[in-house]
Order: sequence, then structure tokens, then C-alpha cells
Amino acid sequence: MEESRSETLMLNVGPHHPSTHGVLRVLVELDGERVVDLKPDLGFLHRGVEKLAESKTYHQFIPVTDRLDYMAASYNNFAYCLAVEELLGLEVPPRAQYIRVLIGELNRIFSHLFWLGTHAHDLGAMTPIFYALREREEIMNLLEMCCGGRLTQTYFRIGGVSADLPEGFVEKVRQFTGHFPKRVDEYETLLTENPIWKERAVGVGVLSKEDAIALGASGPMARGSGLALDVRKTNPYSSYQDFDFEIPVFQEGDVYSRYLVRMEELRQSTRIIEQVLDRLPDGPYLAEAPRVVPPPKERTLSEIEALIHHFILYQEGFRPPVGEVYVCVESPRGEMGYYLVSDGSPRPYRLKIRPPAFVNLESLARMSRGRLLADLIAILSSVDIVLAEIDR
Amino acid sequence: MSEERTVVETLQERFPQAVEEVGEFRGQSWVVVRKENLLEVCSFLRDEPELAFDFLSFVCGVDYLPREPRFEVVYQLYSTKSHKRFRVKTRVNSQDPTVPSVTSLWATADWHERETFDLMGIHFQNHPDLRRILLPSDWVGHPLRKDYPLRGPDRTS
Repeated sequence: MEESRSETLMLNVGPHHPSTHGVLRVLVELDGERVVDLKPDLGFLHRGVEKLAESKTYHQFIPVTDRLDYMAASYNNFAYCLAVEELLGLEVPPRAQYIRVLIGELNRIFSHLFWLGTHAHDLGAMTPIFYALREREEIMNLLEMCCGGRLTQTYFRIGGVSADLPEGFVEKVRQFTGHFPKRVDEYETLLTENPIWKERAVGVGVLSKEDAIALGASGPMARGSGLALDVRKTNPYSSYQDFDFEIPVFQEGDVYSRYLVRMEELRQSTRIIEQVLDRLPDGPYLAEAPRVVPPPKERTLSEIEALIHHFILYQEGFRPPVGEVYVCVESPRGEMGYYLVSDGSPRPYRLKIRPPAFVNLESLARMSRGRLLADLIAILSSVDIVLAEIDR
Repeated sequence: MSEERTVVETLQERFPQAVEEVGEFRGQSWVVVRKENLLEVCSFLRDEPELAFDFLSFVCGVDYLPREPRFEVVYQLYSTKSHKRFRVKTRVNSQDPTVPSVTSLWATADWHERETFDLMGIHFQNHPDLRRILLPSDWVGHPLRKDYPLRGPDRTS
């Protein structure tokens, strides 16, 4: 009898496939149905954002940041504005800090909901996405009230936010936080103890604590692997130290842990939002800093000095001191950071973005080796990637 | 912030030859080390129990054309124990933009170094798989260099 021969098969996943959540191509080496190795192929959405930043003034770059992680667009504004403010040494008024936290946490829920829906869908649970998108729609309506934008909001400005919260907004958010925790319980009844769900998620795609640190994993990826890392707690920014919330940590490091982390974060974010609403301070929503912050619109329409001031800031920009800063925040995906180098001109000399999803995706091969191809799909969607952020 | 300054002092004491320059801005401090000593300094920063910078946030390059040495390679570190951050930089000239890879210390450096190679044209010695990561493999040039035109290689602006 002829001896049987074994060889591996190269399978091309993506770049256009629903399970790759955008245009990601993964070259998978398979032995039967087992993953031997894999190589992600990135860059299909590369737009040269870091190069572009060097040709724009600091104000002009804000809307570009929305187009990175569009699942939590305001969180990009958040990180970028904080980095520029740090460079300038600019203090943001308390009301603006609270509004930013409020919008940031709404973005986190928004992002986690879409993740939950698509993740469940990838694993064969068709129902949750309809419920998740229903609640996500409510958040989009809230964000639209603030600034007109639903997906890419560009609500943040250097020194604060573009406008105060609109009338009736606080009540609308209270309505949302009133019923949202019950909705999270409902999602959990569909999934958490569901035997099929557990079969697909428990023990799948394990990332050990040591690997998580070595591979730079952050956000729910790190917290699912037993690392209590959350920039909001470890290096609080924008008044996060004022709020009482917990960071969920699970030890197993599998797809299921990452699911549990995000479900708990939905509740914790709701808690933060309620505290913001209870304690929202009065005062300005934009810093008083004429060299950086443009005058209010009403004044530009009635005073010539204000109009000139407006034009100078928008045409020439402002000149921060020579220096460099790295500022990071806890985006829904993890440590999102901006490293800014200023040479004293009105444009960034160098802007480096640290996208959490890019780094988290690096662990994919480590988590998938030896698993089934079907598990790869579950593992990939548990990373929660946004390709626009990865490719920049 | 005072703890961060001790990181600089510790390094100056331990590696007087290696530390070329120190800097601080808005409470964030950094050191510039000679590239021959980069690995030594980095493994000290990672393994010294008092420092324990076990987490590498990112690696990137900065182009200071026309200055020589032209490029700066930046390593942003973080400690999951003390939650401190620290920055290490090294300088390379345009003739030989090569630095040793830190993938042996932090596995995450793999993709960051590939990106820095791809966009800035810095070469990393002993990197396991130094290929372009964001641009197509047949791309010519490194877009984040200051002499690379914003709108592409066939344009002048």
C-alpha cells in the first residue's frame, strides 16, 4: 500500500468577507481543518493619515481622526484633542471634561453594541444583532442631537466641545440609561448561558497574561486575560477619577472572557453616564484661550475683531511650543495614543497614532494556532477590529 | 513625575556612555541612547524590578531632515506594574538607517518595526520578518520621510 502523504493547504480568507469586518486578508495555513499558522495582510484601507497630519493645522486634523476608529469616532477626537492640549498646556473647563466623558462613554456603548451584534452573528446567533442595533440607533439619535453627526461626530474641539449640550438632551440620556441595563440583561439571556454559545467561545483562542503583555494587548483583550489595565483607572484623564466604576477582569483569556468583559463594560459605562448627568457642572464648554480657541460664532457675526480672530485661527492656525508628548486614552478597543512632535509651526511635525486594534490583531496568530478554522472566525471577531483604524 | 526623573537618573548612572541626551516636556521625560547600546538599555528597562517596563506601546520613526543623524527611532514604554510611561530614543544617520530589533524583548515590536520600516525606511537588524505591512510589497519609497511628496512620488507637492 502506498504511504499516505500529508501536506498543508493555504487558504485565503478575505479581503472581502463578512467575517473579516472590513477589508482584511488573512492567509491561513491549514492542516485539514486545523490552523497551522496565519499571516494577516493589512493596508487595504491605508490612506496615509499620519503623513496627511503634517500638512494640516491642528484644528483641521480633528475631522480626520473620526475616520480612524469610526465605531467610536468621538474617542479619536478625545485622544487627539487631549494630546494637543497637553502640548499647549491648555486646561479644559470642568463642564467640557464631563461632556467629553459622557460622549466618550456613549461611544463605548455604541461600539460594544455593534461588536456584540456582529460577534454573535459570526458565531451563528442571528438574533442579538437586531436588538443591539435597536439600542445603537438610540445612541446615534442622541449624538445627532449634540452635533448633527451620527457616525462621525467631530463634536470635540481643542479646548472643549463645539457646542453646549442641547436642551432636553440630559432627559433623553436619562431615558436611555433608565432602560439600557435591562436590555443588557436581555442580551445575556440569549447568550451567556446558552450551551451552543459556550461551546463556541469557552476555551477558544486563549491568550495568556504573559503573552498579552508581550504582544502589547490592551482594552478588553488584556482584561479578558487577567490584566487589570484601563487607562481611565491607571492614568485618569478628563476627570475620570471623579467617577465610581469598576473595570471587569476575567482570567481565562478566551473568546468567552472577552465577551464577558464587554458585557460588563456596557453596564459600567451606563453607571459613568448616570454619574456625569447627576454632577454635570455649569460653566463654559470651551476653554478661554484666545490664541487657540476661536471666538463664539455669534460674536464673529457682529464684531470685526472677532471675525479677524476667527479667520486667523482657521487660516493660519496656532503655534504650540516646541516639544513632544504622548497621550493615550482607553478607547473601546484599548490604549489609543497620539504621539505628537511639534517644531513650533502651526502644523504637527510628526503625528504617530497608536491604534489599539492594530496591536491587538497582532495576537491573532498566537491565539489561533492549533485551533479549527471555524474557531479562527470566532477569535478574529473577539478581537474587535476596525480596519480603518488599523490601516490608517 | 519625580519617579520618572529617577528613571533618567538610574539610566545615566548605569549607562554613562550610552545616554547621549535627556529631555523633558510637560512632565514626560525621555533619553536618547546610542544605538550600539539600545538593546542593553532596553533589556535593563524591562528586567530591572524597580522599573519593569514590560509593555511596549509603540515604535515609530521621526525624520529630522536635513539634520544628521537624520532619523530618530522612538520606543514608548509602559509598566503594567507601576503604570509609569517612559520614552527611549535612538538616532541613526541617513547613510545607514539601521537599528537592532527589539522583538526579542517585546514580541509586539514585530508589527511596529515593520510599519516603521515600511513608512520611514528604517531597517531593523535581526527582525524575524521585515516586510512592508501597510503598503503593497512593490511600493517604492517611504512616505513618512520628509522628502517624500505629500501627494505621491510622481508629484512635486
